[in-house]
Amino acid sequence: MARKMNSGFAAWLRRDLLLAYRRRGEVASPVLFFMMVSTLIPLGLTPEAARLEEVAAGMIWVMALLATLLSVDGMFASDYRDGSLEQMLITPQLLPLPLLGKITAHWLTTGLPLTLVSPLLGLMMSLPSAGYLPLLCSLALGTACLSLVGAVGAALTVSLRKGGLLLSLLVMPLYMPVIIFGTATVSYAVDGLNWLPPLALLGALLAASVALCPLAAAGALRVTASN
Amino acid sequence: MTWLSNGSPSWQWFHRLGSPRWFYHRSGRWLPWLSLAALLVLLSGLVWGLAYAPEDAKQGNSFRIIYIHVPAAFLAQSGYFIMAIAGAIGLIWKMKISYMVMKSAAPIGAVLTFIALFTGAVWGKPTWGAYWVWDARITSMLILLFLYAGVIALQYAYHSVDAASKASAILALVGTVNIPIINKSVDWWYTLHQPATIKLTSAPSMHMDMFQPLLVMIVGFYLFYAVALILHTRSEILRRERKTSWVRELVNTKAGQ
Repeated sequence: MARKMNSGFAAWLRRDLLLAYRRRGEVASPVLFFMMVSTLIPLGLTPEAARLEEVAAGMIWVMALLATLLSVDGMFASDYRDGSLEQMLITPQLLPLPLLGKITAHWLTTGLPLTLVSPLLGLMMSLPSAGYLPLLCSLALGTACLSLVGAVGAALTVSLRKGGLLLSLLVMPLYMPVIIFGTATVSYAVDGLNWLPPLALLGALLAASVALCPLAAAGALRVTASN
Repeated sequence: MTWLSNGSPSWQWFHRLGSPRWFYHRSGRWLPWLSLAALLVLLSGLVWGLAYAPEDAKQGNSFRIIYIHVPAAFLAQSGYFIMAIAGAIGLIWKMKISYMVMKSAAPIGAVLTFIALFTGAVWGKPTWGAYWVWDARITSMLILLFLYAGVIALQYAYHSVDAASKASAILALVGTVNIPIINKSVDWWYTLHQPATIKLTSAPSMHMDMFQPLLVMIVGFYLFYAVALILHTRSEILRRERKTSWVRELVNTKAGQ
């Protein structure tokens, strides 16, 4: 039984990663969005390093959140269109595990790249050097939370024709704790404080999301995908 | 009281409540009494609070907006849980009526949240010197308004009534799990950034003479909420059951009068 449950996770993870590899251009777009929006900030705010430094952590986090939000919309969309989502719904396996596989694949193709390019943005926004490691750690944990919570929203809106904007409205309030603890991790480090407590809270959020979000997304898909 | 005597009483009552027709007729009988009670309690609370309660030492008469602000904020938060519980009952027992209650609770709760925010802004101007400050409780209320907006938007996004009900029930439940997390994290965020200049001027403990009318107002708002919820649910019942024979009969007799 354990093996059967595991196979659902691994199979969907492998499948989604393979699909993402074949459509590499789509994978690049959240990262490009992340980079481009960060150009707007010095243009809209100020090019002065001293003032950018103050807002760097919060801005990088807000942009990472928006980039994830844009990509979450597509998590189930193509599967819904080509019918493979229905195949998933009628498999004998427990639904949350294949979903967790899909969500993990989503994080590996959006959250992880965003995390990896974030030091570059930190450099452009003149983030103080103490902030880089906390930025990497907090984004790695935080974007995983965003993918998990986003999956619930994506599952609720998958069958709607114009689900994208609605999806943002649904999940944005749920993202607020993540951004609070994410930016706090970085700003604690910049201020020379111990930045592990907010990171630990972010980890707690991630643990709760791993346990609950696939269940909620599974329930939502059963309701909405048959519609 | 015949429905109490046959079968297992509590469950029979529960299942009867699940029937829209039974609920419609029953609530029609409750409604005048409930409205009268709400009106009386609200009126006496308002008169007591606005005219007889003592003036605040620091804020003068402007503190009296508390008699609207606090009950509205109270109900806005309990309203979300009432909505989510109704949604959960719908998901578990597949009760049509509880989905209708859930749908009706969403706009009422959103309006109460807005009233709490608005009266807070009006109160904030003389007290804090600004209509809007990023205080922990204000921010939590704003997020609550967004959560309500999400449920309402999702409800109207679906054409199928069944899918709309179930999807927004799931969203309301996810929101319920999140509300304590959001409130705690916003509190934590606020203590991190707390500006020294902004402080509540009133002491945390209220004088008994000020507190008693507030209690009356909270009870009055609960009664008012019940009236509003029943009225909304009744119109939702008529809309969803418009093709059934009992609604047609009802309409025909009303039109015949």
